[in-house]
Amino acid sequence: MKLLSALAATVFALAVWQGIVSLTDLPKFILPGPVLVAETWWQNRWIIAENTWVTAVEVVIGLACGTVLGVLTALQLANSRVARVLVQPMLVFTQALPVFALAPLLTLWLGYGLWSKVAMAVLIIYFPITSSFFDGLMRTPPGYLDLARTMQAGPRAVLWHIRIPAALPSLASGMRLAAVYAPIGAVIGEWVGSSQGLGYLMLLANGRAKTDLMFAAMLTLGVFSILLHLTVRRATARIAGETR
Amino acid sequence: MTPAPDLTIRGSAAIGDALLFAPLTLTLAAGRWTCLLGGSGVGKTTILRLIAGLDTGADFTGQITASDRQPVPEQVAYMAQDDLLLPWATVAQNVLLGARLRREKPDLNRRDQLIERMRLQDHMGKKPGELSGGQRQRVALARTLMEDRPIVLLDEPFSALDARTRADMQDLAAEALQGRTVLLVTHDPGEAARLGQSILVMTQNGITPCHPPHAPAPRSVDDPETLEAQGALLRLLREDAA
Repeated sequence: MKLLSALAATVFALAVWQGIVSLTDLPKFILPGPVLVAETWWQNRWIIAENTWVTAVEVVIGLACGTVLGVLTALQLANSRVARVLVQPMLVFTQALPVFALAPLLTLWLGYGLWSKVAMAVLIIYFPITSSFFDGLMRTPPGYLDLARTMQAGPRAVLWHIRIPAALPSLASGMRLAAVYAPIGAVIGEWVGSSQGLGYLMLLANGRAKTDLMFAAMLTLGVFSILLHLTVRRATARIAGETR
Repeated sequence: MTPAPDLTIRGSAAIGDALLFAPLTLTLAAGRWTCLLGGSGVGKTTILRLIAGLDTGADFTGQITASDRQPVPEQVAYMAQDDLLLPWATVAQNVLLGARLRREKPDLNRRDQLIERMRLQDHMGKKPGELSGGQRQRVALARTLMEDRPIVLLDEPFSALDARTRADMQDLAAEALQGRTVLLVTHDPGEAARLGQSILVMTQNGITPCHPPHAPAPRSVDDPETLEAQGALLRLLREDAA
């Protein structure tokens, strides 16, 4: 049923797209139709695959690093009042900055290769991961803490056996969000300076008025992001369900 | 388990400038069930939490002492209306929670005995979400017994259960907690009449001791004297509320 409705929505979107192209008769370098994009995709499938692989590696490494960093930060914040006072305002302030503006700087610091893109992805997902897990850690049901107290539990044992497991569903929702954000980060990194990746391919195609190739690359990125989101959702469903 | 001590609470509590309860003295007799009966907001849960050493949001002026002069919070086991089972842990793991939190070596034989005594042997590996309300409270009781403390504090642990399950749990708890100093906080006159070896009614005006029925607790649900006591307790609660 779910698959069927997804299929119906896809067909509908393609029909609207094709309708606009047929009605307006726009030149194909302005708006290529779905059929042309599909053809271009097929002709360039190896180039697209190669560049998708590059972006995927950046995204997955970024997701892993960002999650580890976010989890460690949240634990530190939850554990120490000093850390909360010193670090939390800074964390919120970084969210007020346009992280995209940092991309050229990251390229300057880390070069044109993999790591400037990983860093960009990490920057984008770090906050959602940290804040969702931190919220979860601070909102342990008070009854559990009372019980632990009457059992003479130390703070470390409470953290390990109660607060962390109780916060895992919050972390899971942060990770699902991060799975959607991370590819955006990597692509922004690629736009600023790179010689491969889907973001690079989109920019290249755009510069040469190969709008059909640009669409093909963009749609591939979209499909990749959705697949990544579904994978993370599936991977986290177990912990989220069990702790509820 | 060390022998159960007497417990005495002497003092008053206030939230800001508002008095929660006026100076009072309350004694829990060693090895017996004391039922503290009262409506919402009279501070009966506050008394229980003070004994347990938990945050109450109120300022308590006074003393809580045990006849064996041991620190009280280290001698209590606590059971609340919410079973407080960890949803991610199995029944067996939940029963062992105290030992895990204290990093002690768990006594698996004792755990198995208690689980069997609570008729949970078929549910050892299940998560709390797969159990009924009554089964969950039995796991909570097994966890409480696993702590093996001389003082047991019960904060309306049966009030969310249906009538039949509640009566079953009352019997089971009365039997299992025999010989411990038990404080049962409840708003149910019937529960106090069934289980109290000493019954105290707490209202805005303070604490009134009442005579428990003569039959040994847990009293039968249709024992005439118990039913009469239940009526008398309810009348007392209503008079004071008026």
